[in-house]
Amino acid sequence: MAPGDPASVPAPEPLLEVRDLVKHFPLTQGVLFKKQVGAVKAVDGISFDLHRGETLGIVGESGCGKSTVARMLVGLERPTAGQIRYRGQDITRLSGRALKAVRRNIQMVFQDPYTSLNPRMTVGDIIGEPYEIHPEVAPRGDRRRKVQELLEVVGLNPEFINRYPHQFSGGQRQRIGIARGLALRPEIIVADEPVSALDVSVQAQVVNLLARLQSDFDISYVFIAHDLSVVRHISDRVAVMYLGRIAETGTGEQIYDHPTHPYTQALLSAVPVPDPEAREHRERILLTGDVPSPAHPPSGCRFRTRCWKAQELCAQVEPPLEVPTEFRESTGPAHHPSACHFAEERRVVPDA
Amino acid sequence: MPESYVPKEAIGHGDGGTAALAMGEAESLERAPAAGRPPGGEPTGKPRSLWSDAWHDLRRNPVFVVSALVIVFLVVIAIWPQLIATGNPYRADLAKAQEGAAPGHPFGYDTQGRDVYTRVVYGARASITVGTCATAGAALLGSLLGGLAGFFGGWWDTLLSRLADIFFGIPVLLGGLVFLSVVTSTTVWPVVGFIVLLGWPQIGRIARGSVVTAKQNDYVQAARALGAGNGRMLLRHIAPNAVAPVIVVATIALGTYIALEATLSYLGAGLKPPTVSWGIDISTASTYIRNAPHMLLWPAGALSITVLAFIMLGDAVRDALDPKLR
Repeated sequence: MAPGDPASVPAPEPLLEVRDLVKHFPLTQGVLFKKQVGAVKAVDGISFDLHRGETLGIVGESGCGKSTVARMLVGLERPTAGQIRYRGQDITRLSGRALKAVRRNIQMVFQDPYTSLNPRMTVGDIIGEPYEIHPEVAPRGDRRRKVQELLEVVGLNPEFINRYPHQFSGGQRQRIGIARGLALRPEIIVADEPVSALDVSVQAQVVNLLARLQSDFDISYVFIAHDLSVVRHISDRVAVMYLGRIAETGTGEQIYDHPTHPYTQALLSAVPVPDPEAREHRERILLTGDVPSPAHPPSGCRFRTRCWKAQELCAQVEPPLEVPTEFRESTGPAHHPSACHFAEERRVVPDA
Repeated sequence: MPESYVPKEAIGHGDGGTAALAMGEAESLERAPAAGRPPGGEPTGKPRSLWSDAWHDLRRNPVFVVSALVIVFLVVIAIWPQLIATGNPYRADLAKAQEGAAPGHPFGYDTQGRDVYTRVVYGARASITVGTCATAGAALLGSLLGGLAGFFGGWWDTLLSRLADIFFGIPVLLGGLVFLSVVTSTTVWPVVGFIVLLGWPQIGRIARGSVVTAKQNDYVQAARALGAGNGRMLLRHIAPNAVAPVIVVATIALGTYIALEATLSYLGAGLKPPTVSWGIDISTASTYIRNAPHMLLWPAGALSITVLAFIMLGDAVRDALDPKLR
């Protein structure tokens, strides 16, 4: 497995190291005596690093395990196997006080701003709750002022502190969710599709806000989305997931302009092109069939059932996520990890 | 609080933003206060929760107003029956047994010559006491056990749900006849205890379901990700969002519990004389229904109105608390 790539390693010690992370949800039968009859392999062995102040984008279609990764990173799900090391310490088996301490530093922004805020609490209570759970962060008398500061930081009027979530628009609610995530001054924010529930015009505001907060507070993001252009805008590095595994990873330029994995190429070919002239000339790669069930993933390469290059080898040997042999000598942008036996460069996004 | 919807203030903070950001911001900021106002349009700016919205609806619902007035009246006479009935419910004048209405005795006399009007007024106390206490007990026990089952899940859920099924399976009347016939106490408490014991599974199931639903909300996950303990998640996030269905079912159940008390008393297993109760009086009067129907009709009418009032109230509360009807 490739822990990042040489082009974008700013610090020697990564903030977060994920190694061979696995999450299987058991499928059971029976009412009283439950018998395990299988498992949904939501995440099946993924590894990546996250450095200080960096944004790692994770893209993939629905059901590929992106959100499960996010939930494991913030400790909402316990991994079946594998490690998540934060500053060298494995946090997957922590509990009690130690887990609470780690949670201070890894926070989450949720996808749906309509369900992620308690409708019975005022904005002040929602953003102030982190201080109640971690009272050592802010003394009681200081909290209201801190909450108002946070509202200001995310671009909301501090006078809104006594309002309820339903009095805000979707974009404003997402800002409230971001303020809650920022309250404890975390080092890492895991954003699980933070803009996919918002209008396109509002998406840009929220993405710009996240980018500004990153430079102001030196936060690292794990940014999960299915919108490739949003991810490209904010990410330093991108990982493409398919059916619980990483298919290809690299910098924005490497993934978007020099994809070598057929799945990435197919994804990119589906990105809408705003220029009708360019649209005429681009080629669409249309995938056939559906994503296979994660309860019974295909043998060998997981993408082979929908891949136009698939051969006998793909069904027998699972391609490792490493720099493909044909690009190993090259120093160009195609030199990045790609889990494909027949990786080849193919530009699918026309120049803007 | 002074409300000023000045979008510019907020836009000022989007320093890294673009012109598009500022425009979108202004639009979204203007949209929000409008959502907070009632459709009529006075800019109150006062935050409205589900409860205040529900209260807003309820005050305008005639069904709620009428049933609430009836219930308030019943509660008042249950506490101070002397307010409208000056007589003594135990004073018997056998010479006037089963006589019809007379001046000062609008409902007539019962078979022992006691004033039916006074007894109907005093009977409210037993019904209201049994109804409210049994409902409070069943609601507390049911939401506690159901809520814990829903929150923790697993074997705890299995155990409590099967336990609820066992109590659910006991036929109410048969169980009442068996259990209460061995009790000699003349107070209302054995009846209250029996109704709680058989009533909590119904409320428990509702509470369990609504906790399971509330638990899956992202804001509960968000609290957990912040490091909140089980107590905080249950009390601050789940309970306030799961309590509405329990309140609705409990209000409707209150009416049926009052009817159940009357039924048990009618069968001789519920309250026992000398307690004054509509059920006991209906039971006694049923023997004489051909000779003196007024003895039966007045307590039965009072019972029907009481049960109806509570069920209508429950209906109105359910409609007001159901966000889908909004």
